[in-house]
Amino acid sequence: MNYRVLYFASLRDASGRDAENVTSDTHDARQLYRECKQRHGLTMDADRLRMALNGEFADWDRPLQNGDEIAFLPPVSGG
Amino acid sequence: MFALSDSRIDADVLACDLANDGAGACITFEGRVRNNNAGRAVRQLDYQAYGALAAKEGERILDEAKQKFAILDVHCVHRVGSLAIGDLAVWVGVSSAHRDAAFAACRFIIDEVKLRVPIWKNEHYADGESGWLHPDNTPVG
Repeated sequence: MNYRVLYFASLRDASGRDAENVTSDTHDARQLYRECKQRHGLTMDADRLRMALNGEFADWDRPLQNGDEIAFLPPVSGG
Repeated sequence: MFALSDSRIDADVLACDLANDGAGACITFEGRVRNNNAGRAVRQLDYQAYGALAAKEGERILDEAKQKFAILDVHCVHRVGSLAIGDLAVWVGVSSAHRDAAFAACRFIIDEVKLRVPIWKNEHYADGESGWLHPDNTPVG
């Protein structure tokens, strides 16, 4: 599967990119994050993040499909 | 209307948009960049947003406020990019027939925006360090 992965805030700094194309065998968002975490040496665990799928908040259990855009969202701090 | 802005927020212009002959109250909230946090001197802030989702979630919050409170009109604008001390970071304005609804809606909106909208604050400190913050303004570990 080919995915588009978006990074924000501390994840963007740690990965050195705001987005990337990722090829993976998994349909599981947690597994995809684990792969990205390992590749970029990210320190934050998935249980501290929210996930967005194709521009909407989504449950981590939602299966991913080829071509999906996934954003891993650190705890927000606007305002 | 909820909007992100990469340029200075003009509170006077936004407040004019809330003008309504049926409004006996107009409550506005200005969130400004403070020169300190958790005992450290702050030099500037950067705000980063997931623009597409932030706009949707912001609009949902304003819709919820309209459902919950007897208000006439509502706007919220949040800055992105680099801000200096004293700059407006977020502006909320609510008009209503009577003041109670406008006060309550304004408080609801700023609280929900801070909790839910995918926007992140990076503080730059006077000592040269910087760091992303959690919702309670503690550093991301």
